[in-house]
Amino acid sequence: MTPARTYPEQRDDVRLLVIDPAAPDGTGLRETRTPALPDLLAPGDLLVVNDAATLPASLRGADENGRPVEVRLIAARGGWRSEGGASLSPLRSSPMRFAAVLFGAGDWHTRTEDRPPPPELADGARLHFGALRATVGRHATLSPRLVDLRFDGDGDALDADALWSALYKEGRPVQYAHLAHDLPLWAVQTVYATRPWAFEMPSAGRPLSWEILLALRRRGVRWASLTHAAGLSATGDPAIDAALPLPEAYEIPAATARAVAETRARGGRVVAVGTTVVRALEGAAQQHGGVLRAGRGETDLRITPAFRPRVVDGILSGAHAAHESHFQLLAAFAGSDLLAAAASHAERAGFLTHELGDSMLVLPGALALPHRTATSAP
Amino acid sequence: MGSTTGRVSERVLEGQTALVTGGSQGLGRALGGALAAAGARLVLVARHFEPLATAVAEIRAAGGEAHAIVADVADKDAAAVIAGQAAALVGPIDLLVNNASTLGPVPLRLLLDTDCEDLERALAVNLVGAFRLTKALAGPMVLRGAGTIVNVTSDAATEAYERWGAYGASKAALEQLGRVWAAELAGTGVRLFTVDPGEMDTRMHADAIPDANRAELSDPARVAERIVALVAGGDTASGARVAIRVGPSGANAAEAATR
Repeated sequence: MTPARTYPEQRDDVRLLVIDPAAPDGTGLRETRTPALPDLLAPGDLLVVNDAATLPASLRGADENGRPVEVRLIAARGGWRSEGGASLSPLRSSPMRFAAVLFGAGDWHTRTEDRPPPPELADGARLHFGALRATVGRHATLSPRLVDLRFDGDGDALDADALWSALYKEGRPVQYAHLAHDLPLWAVQTVYATRPWAFEMPSAGRPLSWEILLALRRRGVRWASLTHAAGLSATGDPAIDAALPLPEAYEIPAATARAVAETRARGGRVVAVGTTVVRALEGAAQQHGGVLRAGRGETDLRITPAFRPRVVDGILSGAHAAHESHFQLLAAFAGSDLLAAAASHAERAGFLTHELGDSMLVLPGALALPHRTATSAP
Repeated sequence: MGSTTGRVSERVLEGQTALVTGGSQGLGRALGGALAAAGARLVLVARHFEPLATAVAEIRAAGGEAHAIVADVADKDAAAVIAGQAAALVGPIDLLVNNASTLGPVPLRLLLDTDCEDLERALAVNLVGAFRLTKALAGPMVLRGAGTIVNVTSDAATEAYERWGAYGASKAALEQLGRVWAAELAGTGVRLFTVDPGEMDTRMHADAIPDANRAELSDPARVAERIVALVAGGDTASGARVAIRVGPSGANAAEAATR
């Protein structure tokens, strides 16, 4: 399968492979397009999206000796993400610190695997990215390229504005060598992007337009949101990539926990938009004995084929090739024979993969509903 | 509420977040003060740092919370940057005020003498800039099922004032866009108001009409209080065009809302 090299003509009109694990043998696959989504869910279902906006997480600069360095932020450290609500913003008392991955010379035109390594940086090494300055600290044991990055001026109330301005001025969204062009910040946002927590776009939601979301609601499908700090999908460093995803922060609003409980109590299905939503919901439930609770946390849950979801019934995902870890985690939702058939269909049909590609929906019962030509309200 | 005393004394927007473009001078600056006094946690956007920093410092000195984002709303890349920074600083935005406007070159010119580029610039700031930011922030509002957008317009949108063609056309288009926004957002919990603040004693007004009698112009602070009351109240239908006419003292206040 090949990665999409540019945007689809219409955000919300890409190919969609529907995989129904509850369908009788041989009938569990159907190819359609994403505008059909409202007909594939049923009244009483709940669609849960990740409202994280994508950060300009890639910064290019140099160390004190002028050696070029790119950092890609991968996770927040500290309290910057707990904005809102309280009278005193945590920004004023918490440092602006991130975990980050270092890259050497060059840029996104070169595949990360082929980039020269970054210069060796000692603890306390200084980096600058335009006006933005940072100190490298506490190298992780995983790889010398995974570091703690602390931006100057953190912890100072008056500097929060300047720091965020500098980050948005100097940073660019993470770019991809398989694309024909670079991506501006607005192009890596979902239509509901709210909190800037994501280090790469939560791309499963990219094909969702308001046309589709409002049609779902008219049909009686509810939506709910959570925020999950999606980290980097790959770094080109084998040691780091083997450990991905690193623990990621999430926040589940009370209204979402309630909507999930109500949906399950009434026999509706909970459909996660993307693996980040699965991780947040299942990770949060796992931390509370299988019961989903609202609140903030961090999850290191890895969805493997052996994982049995307790909260999520189905997933809308980007299309992935059979050998990719993203595809393998679909095995938590569907049997291996059906997934193998799905993978070969997608391959044969020329589905496009990655951030700007086609979609897959794994949902029991998705193909059981009578095929509708017009949307009918309950 | 609050309007009987002429001051919004209650903290009617406590804990709400607001973003105001064109926040460093005129009505935008007054709105910053009024919103902060009403308890809102604020982000002000303007093109130039110094006046913006002054406006923010003033609000902070009065005990309010305000943050500065330097950006030009006419810049295509600015909307995602503004939305991201604002949410990082204060959280998801509850109230967006599209207040940033340009008159174009002053003294204002006849349409026959108006450069096409000046019309384009007026549209880029007053219409497309507001549209982009609304797009970036209304989506999150719809997802949360609540939010308010205020587009600041002008009677130049509805009257054929000579020499106000470029500005007036941009504001007329903004008003029409607002009507369609409101229609499309019906039932989502997100409201949109078009506010015509009348003739105010601001630098923009002085630029446009240097010889105006300032004693006859509205005080932007009083207009700002009316806008806060409009946003905090629940009795004005989304999509309404609200004309605020407070005058210099507020004594002869008259307010008309038409659908």
